[in-house]
Amino acid sequence: MNGRGAAGIFAFTADNLKAANAILAKYPDGRQQSAVMPLLDLAQRQLGWTSPAVIEYVADFLGLPAIRVWEVVSFYTMYYREPVGKYRLHICTTTPCWLRGSDEVVRACKEKTGLDFGETDENGLFTLLEVECLGACVNAPVLQINDDYYEDLDADRTAALLDALAEGRPPTTGTQAERLNSAPEGGKTTLLESDARC
Amino acid sequence: MPKLTVDGIEVEVPPGSTVLQAIEAAGKEVPRFCYHERLSIAGNCRMCLVEIRPGPPKPAASCAMPAGDNMEVLTSSPMTQKARKGVMEFLLINHPLDCPICDQGGECDLQDQALFYGADTSRFEENKRAVADKDMGPLIKTTMTRCIHCTRCIRFAEEVAGVPTIGAVGRSEHMEITTLERAVASELSGNVIDLCPVGALTSKPYAFNARPWELRKTEGIDVFDALGANIRIDSRGPEVLRVLPRLNEEVNEEWLGDKSRFACDGLRRQRLDHPYVRRDGRLHPANWAEAFGAVQARFEGRSGTKIGAIAGDQVDAEAMLALKDLMQALGSPNLDCRQDGAAAVPGHRASYLFNSTVRGIEEADALLLIGCNPRWESPVLNARIRKRWLTGELCIGMIGDRYDLGYRYDHLGDGGQALRGVASGRNRFCAELKSATRPMLIIGTGALARSDGMAVLATAQRIAELNGLIREDWNGFNVLNRAASRVGGLDLGVVPGEGGADTEGMLSGAVDTLFLLGADEVDLSGLGGAFVIYQGHHGDAGAARADVILPGAAYTEKSGTWVNLEGRVQRSERATFPLGEAREDWAVLRALSDVLGSPLPYDSLPALRARLALMNPVFDTRDEIVPAEWHRTVVEGRVDDAPFASPVSNYYMTDPISRASETMAVCTEAFLAAETRDG
Repeated sequence: MNGRGAAGIFAFTADNLKAANAILAKYPDGRQQSAVMPLLDLAQRQLGWTSPAVIEYVADFLGLPAIRVWEVVSFYTMYYREPVGKYRLHICTTTPCWLRGSDEVVRACKEKTGLDFGETDENGLFTLLEVECLGACVNAPVLQINDDYYEDLDADRTAALLDALAEGRPPTTGTQAERLNSAPEGGKTTLLESDARC
Repeated sequence: MPKLTVDGIEVEVPPGSTVLQAIEAAGKEVPRFCYHERLSIAGNCRMCLVEIRPGPPKPAASCAMPAGDNMEVLTSSPMTQKARKGVMEFLLINHPLDCPICDQGGECDLQDQALFYGADTSRFEENKRAVADKDMGPLIKTTMTRCIHCTRCIRFAEEVAGVPTIGAVGRSEHMEITTLERAVASELSGNVIDLCPVGALTSKPYAFNARPWELRKTEGIDVFDALGANIRIDSRGPEVLRVLPRLNEEVNEEWLGDKSRFACDGLRRQRLDHPYVRRDGRLHPANWAEAFGAVQARFEGRSGTKIGAIAGDQVDAEAMLALKDLMQALGSPNLDCRQDGAAAVPGHRASYLFNSTVRGIEEADALLLIGCNPRWESPVLNARIRKRWLTGELCIGMIGDRYDLGYRYDHLGDGGQALRGVASGRNRFCAELKSATRPMLIIGTGALARSDGMAVLATAQRIAELNGLIREDWNGFNVLNRAASRVGGLDLGVVPGEGGADTEGMLSGAVDTLFLLGADEVDLSGLGGAFVIYQGHHGDAGAARADVILPGAAYTEKSGTWVNLEGRVQRSERATFPLGEAREDWAVLRALSDVLGSPLPYDSLPALRARLALMNPVFDTRDEIVPAEWHRTVVEGRVDDAPFASPVSNYYMTDPISRASETMAVCTEAFLAAETRDG
């Protein structure tokens, strides 16, 4: 991972350059600028966040004005415009999650980490972020940590989850309740004659 | 041709028209904020909602809805009215109620439309959002809390100006218009102020100066370049407070360059408001009689051949004719209206006109630029080239120094060699010109104002003839003049007479008495002890060297005629009176001729204008193009290999007014000085 300085110069590593060109090749001729989002993602994975240097670099890479790339970056919560911690806690607070108790999840996260939204702790372990619907309403409330979803949370489960992360043993992703994926808790209630596991 | 009805009125519109255009064709009004005829359609303000039948039971944004056959559009049905009221309420939710301290007040689209289409009260009791103001440079003042996110400024910067530096960051309620704290580095940036429908982007130099209803609006013609953009001069009392563009589809559409718009504060500084006479090496204020007396004393008994006159770049046709008549009366053949000495063939209009016309650019499909930087020599004309280029129909080649013009071009070479290559058919661009149906070339005065200027002109004419630029219904040979006075001066024959000296000759000792009519962009160092009379409005280079100063009127202070680079005769009206003792230029010359004992044969503006038309019938026309007959110039001599360069080194300061302007000085610092320091 490159340095975390705000300024600085960014460039793709040799591997990522190869990956970037593979991404570009997916777009029809003259439409390469459409690759702006996957390239930003690639760059963010390399640097850890989307610094101004990343934006300039991707803009140059695609022949786009920097402001157009800024617009994209500022539109999506998934691009971090400031350096972030090892675990990014994206808490969904949109209506379904809110109805199912996302306030509890938020409270647990804030208590456990001592952070407010948008903040990163001193050790660079956690970053707390508030996001809009993550599309997993069926298992609300949902917490996205880095690329993984942790679902069916409440205050206790969230606290346990964060403890496990802090100790360096990430729990199984997906639902934290006693059920498979989004099947009913305590076993299935329909299609009982089916052999499918539940 | 879709046929539809608007409020019961049947209209037929061209295919591809929008419902909004159909409504306008029916003579009905639709409120709008984001829609603009000259920008792409955004459809994001929702103010133009109308009811359309048949269709879904909800209103549609008329700006983005294609007009279809048998549509029934209702612009004042209950559904439409309710929709507008709702949109207006949303727009006003986050708009501050600061109209009393807003510069847009009185000419604000939001204010006007809220009055006609909005509700009388607000139901919004929550907090309004506040947005930090952005730095958009020395010309554009921002109050971003007022922004309604119509995105006109973004689209203008990207599409018309060609500098995509304005954007919208963030999303939903957090969206903000920003430039990332950079000045909008375009010579057309001031136009976003006109485009902004609210008070988010306003004019920085004009901030808190006046309310629109206090201003006297005068129709004028811009003189900062040769395009002759149509302007409206807004004045209060003796002061010009601002200059705005007027709509003229043939010339400037509705745009105006920043120098033309913002240099008007130069009209308040460094002015010559009474005559001066030099005594004991110093200029002393004098009255008209003393000044005329000093001129008479000098001219007394002096042979006309030792007297010369140079007309500057912003002089009106009336003054130039008066100057020419006076010189003739004095028996002087030494006369020139070309400070830069650019080659032209007086009498053959086609040799110095922009023959294709500005609108013709929109038909061109191949363009060869020779030794010019249109972005600085005429930014609005450059926008027209870019507009055509954006369609993908225009292929552009360039000979001369490279510039960032806002469009891509094929750089064919730097100087004479490349030009000769095109002339002899060896250059790769010849194929483009030959296969084009409307090929054109634009040659800058930088290429013509060289010692080999006539050869350059002749070579360019040969290129035009050999590559099919000259046809029955098309003339693709264009000179990009920079001086507002140039075409008018050449039309009037303000050029050396038989055996007379031109600008260069006069400045290098051919005369011992020189009359400068607003001429400040000449090198006066070679004059030696010559006696210099300067008539003009600013204490610039000419006045500093002068022995007698006759105060004249700036372009806003006289009714004058200018001929633009296409040969279009345009008239400007007087917005304010000349300062102090200063008088209109032709009147000064007329009075001087009396003192010198050879009175000019006119004593009113109408009489002078009748003589203008007598000198050249083109002055009988107004706002129209008289096609010029093609003549080829045959010249001995070869085009030098030296690179062609634009004569403009600083767009923001090219003439006495812009050099006196504080705003232009700030722009020079903001846009150019930093660059020069780094380089």
